[in-house]
Amino acid sequence: MIELLSTVVDGIIYSSWLFIVAVGLTLIYGVMKILNIAHGSLYALGAYMAASLAGYWLAHGYPPLGSYGMLALSAVLVGLVMGPLIERGLLRFMYGKDEVVLLLATYSVFLILEDAIKLIWGVDSLSIAEPYGMLGSVDFAGLTYPVYSVLLLAISAVVGVALAWVLQRTRQGKLLIAVIHDSEMSAVMGIRVPRFYLVTFTVGAMLAAVGGAFTAPMVSVVPGMGVEVIVLAFAVAVIGGLGSLKGAALGALMVGLVRSAAVHFLPQVELFSIYLVMVLVLLFRPKGLFSSAEARKI
Amino acid sequence: MKRIDRTLLVLILPLAILMAAGPFLPQWVLFLVTLSIGKGFVVLGLMLLLRTGLVSFGQGLFYCLGAYAAGALGKVLGISDVFLLLVSGAAAAALLAYILGFLVAQYRDIFFAMLSMAFSMILYGLLVKTAALGSSDGFNVPVPTLFGAKLVEASTRYMVFAVACAATILVALGVHWYQKTTLGSLSPAIKDNELRVEYMGASVRHAIHVKFVIAAALAGLGGALTGMTVGHIDPEMAYWTTSGEFVFVTILSGTGSVVAPFLGSLIFETIRSYAYEYSPNTWQMVLGASMLLVIVFLPLGMWSIFTARRKRA
Repeated sequence: MIELLSTVVDGIIYSSWLFIVAVGLTLIYGVMKILNIAHGSLYALGAYMAASLAGYWLAHGYPPLGSYGMLALSAVLVGLVMGPLIERGLLRFMYGKDEVVLLLATYSVFLILEDAIKLIWGVDSLSIAEPYGMLGSVDFAGLTYPVYSVLLLAISAVVGVALAWVLQRTRQGKLLIAVIHDSEMSAVMGIRVPRFYLVTFTVGAMLAAVGGAFTAPMVSVVPGMGVEVIVLAFAVAVIGGLGSLKGAALGALMVGLVRSAAVHFLPQVELFSIYLVMVLVLLFRPKGLFSSAEARKI
Repeated sequence: MKRIDRTLLVLILPLAILMAAGPFLPQWVLFLVTLSIGKGFVVLGLMLLLRTGLVSFGQGLFYCLGAYAAGALGKVLGISDVFLLLVSGAAAAALLAYILGFLVAQYRDIFFAMLSMAFSMILYGLLVKTAALGSSDGFNVPVPTLFGAKLVEASTRYMVFAVACAATILVALGVHWYQKTTLGSLSPAIKDNELRVEYMGASVRHAIHVKFVIAAALAGLGGALTGMTVGHIDPEMAYWTTSGEFVFVTILSGTGSVVAPFLGSLIFETIRSYAYEYSPNTWQMVLGASMLLVIVFLPLGMWSIFTARRKRA
């Protein structure tokens, strides 16, 4: 019984992490129809920036609680710098080309950023464990969990609710939905489509960096840490239906629970349990759980 | 007609010369060319898919499977005949592709790309956990023999090299022939407009399924050859970054000719062997930047430099 409960709790914690990591990818795809492979590098950049900034903060003896602010700040910085740089500097010249061409373009950006990280921070691993350990742990149903996991849970909830609120309740969000449905018509009606693309990509990049920045305290920050994340994020996003916010949440929950079940009961399949879920879902719903029907083009 | 045959000649002549000159060439040249041919097979398969408008980010699946099939055959059954190993690598990959094809052939664009990537990651996960096959360390491939005869080390390298050259000629002729068949020539049509192809009575799904199997067989062949050449195989061959590298070479080479993948692969391997030694930390950056340049300025790949000049003349 306790095994089952801990499986569920572990699964939910892992799900919240997955959601943070995947939601930026699905947002960018939903609006711009770009599958951003550089998402993984932005995640890694967030982690490196967090390790540097929070490390600097703590090394100078400032109040340790401020290190959480540093984690958030580094995510914002990475998003604000890299988002516009990639979107304005490269992707905007490629709108209208095949989705595959854009996929290859972001793959090139991924390759460039992977080495840029090595050039800036070197190849040795960094660590910034203080924010993780500082919060201590909490007992729940007879098992001990780090409070930091609760923080992750809170962040993913805040991110999800905030995105849903902006999309459904604000004027800008409604305009964005118009852009998603028909960007040409929106432009004709006076919506500044390029600006929406810029903001979307920047927010997406920021979300990737948030994922990295708040993962940094839990792992050691090493070159190549973003490589796996892109495949994971894609699996989560595609299970729910690429471009769907609800889908990313449900996908994260499914993948999180299945992986946690695999870790507890069948550790041999842990590494690929996620892809197995993805293949199974796609067998029955070829475009993911929350996908809308697409008109055939002649 | 005549022009296309000349393109093939461009491939066959140098290979024939290389085969004849092989015994006098230094070992590292033989190694480099054989390795390039191995990877060239994979790229040739990707080129077939790219002509159809499909990019696979999971060709490492078949590349790795081919290598492991050949390696396991040698390790478990003690078979080391060079032809048997190559054929078994290609056959294993083709068989898996035939099964997966029923699912994958329904998808296009990024879904095709990422689904194939997911499959390759499944194989990676399986191999890393399989202690019998060396887990993440992989294992050594037995030294290949020719019709049961074990050769001394120097001539083994030449033997594999000669077999690789001969295989390249056969495969290039085969693919060239395939592209002229009805099924093969559907590629650009499917890329342009699938629905019209369907209206004309051809099954797009079937055509893509066949191409997927051919591409996989080529990748398996390439994997088996590479495993034999390097002498060691590990699960990294199925990791998606390996597949990404193949995509890179495919984009670089372009879809202009069956020769392009082998030439592109040779250039890539040559540059890599130097670049990786001198600047390991900027190597990917160079790759990324040159891929961007090719996408923007040479959308049809490097091969289009040659064809463009010919058209102008």
